[in-house]
Formats: sequence, C-alpha cells, structure tokens
Amino acid sequence: MIRESILAALVTASAGVPIGPASADETADLAAIHKQLNAMQHEYEAKIKSLETRLAKAERDAKAARSVAQAASKHQAVAAARPPAPEQIAQAAAPPAPADLSAASAPIPEQSPAPPPTPPTSQNAFNPGIAAVLNGFYLAASHDTKNPQMAGFALGDEAGLPPRGFSLGESEISFAANIDPQLAGFLDISFDDANNPNVEEAYITTKDLGSGFTVKAGRFLSGIGYINERHAHDWSFSDAPLPYRAFLGSQYGDDGIQVRWLAPTDIFLEFGAEAFRGDSYPAAGAAHNGVGTETAFVHTGDDINESSSWLAALSYLHSSADDRTTDDPLFSAVDHFTGNDDLGILSLVYKWAPGGNPTVRNLILSGEGFYGRERGIFDSVPISQTRNGFYVQGVYQFMPQWSAGIRYAQVNASGVSPLLAGTALDDFGHSPRAETALLEYDTSEFGRLRLQYTHDDAGLKSNDELLLQYTVIYGPHGAHRY
Amino acid sequence: MRRFLIGAALFAAFAATPAYANLSVFACEPEWGALSTELGGDKVSVYTATTGAQDPHQIQARPSLIAKARTADVTVCEGAELEIGWLPMIIQQSNNSKIAPGQPGAFDATRYVHLLEQPTALDRAQGDIHAAGNPHIQTDPRMILTVSKALAQRFAQLDPGNAAYYQSRAADFEKRFSAAIAKWTAEAAPLKGTPIAVQHHAWIYMENWLGLREVVPLEPKPGVPPSSGYLAEVLQKLQAQPAKFVIRAAYEDDRPSEFISEKAGIPAIVLPFTVGGTDAAKDLFGLYDDTIRRLLGGLKK
Repeated sequence: MIRESILAALVTASAGVPIGPASADETADLAAIHKQLNAMQHEYEAKIKSLETRLAKAERDAKAARSVAQAASKHQAVAAARPPAPEQIAQAAAPPAPADLSAASAPIPEQSPAPPPTPPTSQNAFNPGIAAVLNGFYLAASHDTKNPQMAGFALGDEAGLPPRGFSLGESEISFAANIDPQLAGFLDISFDDANNPNVEEAYITTKDLGSGFTVKAGRFLSGIGYINERHAHDWSFSDAPLPYRAFLGSQYGDDGIQVRWLAPTDIFLEFGAEAFRGDSYPAAGAAHNGVGTETAFVHTGDDINESSSWLAALSYLHSSADDRTTDDPLFSAVDHFTGNDDLGILSLVYKWAPGGNPTVRNLILSGEGFYGRERGIFDSVPISQTRNGFYVQGVYQFMPQWSAGIRYAQVNASGVSPLLAGTALDDFGHSPRAETALLEYDTSEFGRLRLQYTHDDAGLKSNDELLLQYTVIYGPHGAHRY
Repeated sequence: MRRFLIGAALFAAFAATPAYANLSVFACEPEWGALSTELGGDKVSVYTATTGAQDPHQIQARPSLIAKARTADVTVCEGAELEIGWLPMIIQQSNNSKIAPGQPGAFDATRYVHLLEQPTALDRAQGDIHAAGNPHIQTDPRMILTVSKALAQRFAQLDPGNAAYYQSRAADFEKRFSAAIAKWTAEAAPLKGTPIAVQHHAWIYMENWLGLREVVPLEPKPGVPPSSGYLAEVLQKLQAQPAKFVIRAAYEDDRPSEFISEKAGIPAIVLPFTVGGTDAAKDLFGLYDDTIRRLLGGLKK
C-alpha cells in the first residue's frame, strides 16, 4: 500500500521531467536521469520495506504508518522533481543495481526504470478475432460419391464425401471474442460448395463461474466422443471415420446447452452433460417439446511419462427422432423414422513425442468404439436394431512438416424384419468398412496439403477414392485441443 | 448413468484435497518455474509445464496440463505470444478464471522488460514472428533479475500474508544473482565481438548481453525449418563472413546445425536455453554457468 502510493508519487514526479524531441546527448542524459530515478526508487523501496517491517513489528498503528508514508512520499517527490546536477548523473550512471554489469556490452533498454510494460497481447489484436479456414478438394473415385451408401444404415445428409473432381470444401469464417468479464462468444459460419451459408456454431460460454464449472449455450458441437467437438479442418484425416458418418452424420451439433465440470484432481477428469433441441441427425423433429437429445460424457487423461500421454472418454447420447427423413440411395426413395436412438462411445487417444517435443517426430494413435440401438417405427415397420462400429488410426510425423497415417474403420448393423428387405436398413450380409492411407505436408501450422487414399467398402460396390486436399487457416485462430 | 456421474463427481471432489502450499504456481517454462521456487521457497508449490527438451512454441495441450492449470493460483509464463499455440487452450479448458488473461493470476514475464525486435509489419509470410517482439528474454540473466522483482511483487499481491517473506527472498536472490551476473559477465569477456551462427533466432538478448555478433540464422524465417537449398545459402554466407561456432538450443533438431558444423568446419554448440536443457543447468545459476562454459569452449575449438 505504502509502496504503491510512493510509486504513484514517483511516476507523477518523473512525468514532470521535461521530455522533448531529444538529440543524442539529450537522450543519453535522459537515460541517465531515468537510471537515477530507478536507483532512487530502489533505495526508497528498500527504506520503506524496512520501515514496513519495523512498523509491523511495532503496534501496527495505522495512523503512524500513514504519516510515515506521507512523509516518505513527500520527501521522494521533492527529490525526484529536482533536476539532477551533472555530477549526480555521473554517480547515478552506476546504480547499486546490476546495471553496471552490462559494461561488457552495449547498454540495453530494459535497464531503464520501471520499463513501460509492453501492451499485453491478447488472443488477437482485434475485437472480435476473425479467422478464416479455406478448404479445397480434388477427388478421383471409381464410383460417384454423391449418394453414399452404408449397408444397414439410413444415413443423414452430411455423411458424404466431396463430389468427384475439383470442389471447394467447406470454407469457414469464425468470430471469437470476450463479451465482458463473464461471457465469451463464438460464431462460425461455413459455406458449403453450393454457396449456402450455415451457422455451424454460435454460442456463448461463461468465463468465471468458478469451482471448475462452465456453461455453454447456443448452437455448438457436442462434447461427446473424441473428434466430434473438433471442426473438420482439425481432424487427422480429410473425412470423418465411418462410425461418425454412420451414427452421427459426421458429427453431432445442435442448439442447446452444455455444462462441464473439471474436477480439481491431479489427473484430468472432466464431466459434461448437454441437452439439445434434437434437430440434427440422428435426432429429428425437435421431439419432447424441443429437448430431443441428451448427452453425458466423462473425459480423463494424464501423462504416462515425459514422452507419452493419453486421453480417454466415455460418452452417451440419447436422441429422439420425430419423423426423421433419410434418402434411400437404392430406391431413390425417402425413408421415415420415428423413435429413439441410444449411443455409447468409448474413445482412447495416445500421443507420443520424444521428450515431449512433437516438432520433429510424433505419433498419435486413436480409436473409438460405438455401440447403439435404434428403436421405433421405420417406414411403418417396428424396428429394434443394434449397431456397432469402431475405427483405429495412427498418424506419424516422421520429419518436420511431413506425416503419414493409416486408418481402419468398420460398422455393423443387426438384421431387420424381412419387411424392410432391400431398404437402407438391410445390410445384405455386408459389414461396411474402409481402409485409408494418408500423406500430409504442412507448409506451417497454418497450412496443410494432403493426399489421401481410401478403399471404401461401405456400400455394396466398393469404391477407390483418391483425394487431394488443401486446408489453410488465417487470422487469429485459437489453439487446438489435445 | 446419472447416478454413476454423481458418484464419480463426489469421489473426485473428495479425492482432490491435497495439502497445498499457499500459492499454487503453474510455470510455463522451466526458467520461470526455477525463479518461482527461488522467490517462493516453501510458500509456493511450483508445477513446471514444460521441460528443457521441449520447444516452448509447440506444446500439445495435454490433459495433464489442463488438470494442473485447474488448481493453479497463478501462471508464470514468458508471454509475448510465445505460448499462443497451446496456453490459451489450456486456460480455456481449465475453467479457472483466476489465471485468465488480464487477471492478477496471469503473470507474463515479457511485460516487465523492453522487448527487442518488435516487428513493424505483421505478416505470416515472415514466418513465426511475435507481434510483441522477441520473447526469448531468458537468454540474458539481467532480464531474470528485472522480472524477479515484478514476480515477487505479484506473489506478495496474491498472497499478502507472506508478502514480507517473498520480498526478503527476492532481496536475497537479487544479491546472489547480481554477484553471479558479474562473475559470468567477467568470464565471458573473451566472447565479445565473436561472430556466431544460430539455429533459431532466439538468442538476441544473450547476444546483446555478451556482445556476440549473429552472422546468420539457420532458419530462413523464424520457426520455418531450413531446406537444403537454404542451408547452402547459409554456407555461402559463412564463407564470406566466417562464424566461430553455430549454436542451438538443447530442444532443437540437431541436423541443421550439425550439417553446417561439418560443412563449414566450425563447432556446433548446444546451449541449455533454459533450466534443465542440459544436465548442468539444474537451476538458474547452473543455466548461465553452463551457457558461458559451453560458449567459451567454442572459442577454444
């Protein structure tokens, strides 16, 4: 307290030192004056410190303390305001502080007193921070990818791949900012290849609920699974693995609210629960008065040693579909489903980097298992279909900027009533699967080129797909999740 | 499911009552972890998020870091966007508003010194540049001294009960460290004016301190790994302007500097860069002891 008032006095006093357009000599003088002030400040700080200690030892008489402080600050203000005589400057050039140790080198500016703190750099210099993600594809495939098929699954709209040939993938623009001390906001708009803008995410989050809680509300990607919460440009491969496409229409995002709580434990342990409107696949029709989907998840993780770490997640999603319509690629028909979908996801991620330094080499292994059931009425036929699936993948950065990866994915759906033979739910005795290989070159952390080959055995006709992709990010873009 | 969650939450809440010291410090880099320990003594518990073997620009936002940030009272970091690739995500996921940017619990060392090389134009075509200036201040021990005063004040502000303790430790540290700086500076006198090559342009403050002259960096742009074509250019430059040795930080890929060392016939020197970067750099004193020793070793070769 005392020291602060004295510092304030000092600052006021030093502001009185005339500063104008200075010649080299004057600059030197000024520097010397600054040094002297610095020395005086230190001296007074020391004096005051001892005073403080003594005072504390004595009766801590507040009145006495105040009067001493006033005396001291007055004294100092007077001393500081007095223009220093040349000989004083010479003395001051060698303050007791370590400044004289710089003799071996040119004086550097940080020796000046109370260096003006550099302006704090926030996540971005602008409010809001605007970032753009650009994405482009070239796809060569032995069969058309327009109407993707996955034997035994009625797929959502966004489960597909880019069309053959050149295409502009999703381009995104995001706006992120703190709204006030309590809230932050995020808006992400994506443009699909047909120029339609979509509000991908638009949410607010709390910043200081305390006790490890945060609440998020608006439209956002659910925290279930491992890759669901990440934007597509942050995935390790160009497309979502089969189970994400089959069970969640690539990823689950909807309008709703999320609560997360991070336990104050030594290992990472986070709990989350969400309620959504229930308007996106596998939910539909905003059932239950617009609360059609509920989720819960637990994330945990830790380091194994300096070089390796892991993350595990267990997630549950319950969604209701009220007249969900999906395309049947075989009959060019539309299927209707009303019922419930339950889904559990177990996710495991392992990362390795020698000595914890991922810049040269690193390895990321991940896998997720899906198990779920759809119960309800599908095209007027009652169904209770269990489905499962998994993927495992590994991406190895073998030298700076270069990485290679492989992925295997598979999904299975149980048989359905003969009444539904030949529909999307009929798996024709086939288990959809896909093998993918990837080669990636990163121009920097903001630019990436990919070559991805997939042998896609999801539908009844297998497809060989060769995909070239670029992804770039510019503008202040937040750091990525683990 | 719901019952399981509640049970697990309760368990977690009870499991998480370790005996904390007064201040829980989350130090982003080992030099600030070491300084926090010097100033805080047994009144602080210090968790250092990175090691000398890691590139502080590029850290994975690992779950363990988030868990540690959750219970931290203060982060002590370099700042100036050095940690921009990972720390914001850690802080956001930690749900801990005490350490949010701008709070007293967020201490950025670079705010208390004058940063060099503040760019006049911000363009990512220039590589990995930091808008606030070159953040690698810990290569000059005088910066540590400047920061130590501010950090002791911050500790005192956050934990007023122990203010006198922090101040007295800071005074003691200042005394010992000033003496050590005088010793290092004297020892390093022969290095003055020595031309050197550097792998990453991270040594500007040390060059300033010791009067080293940087002839060429091995990175074409900050943070951009050199291609063989660029290294050939570096070799040409070194023929015209020979350097005594090439230095790199312990965490850096050894290939570029070893290549240059071999082709140009100059020693490649590994410097600790931070506490723990080499075995001898056990604390802040060891860091500069070892740095000076290794640099002087380069003159003899």
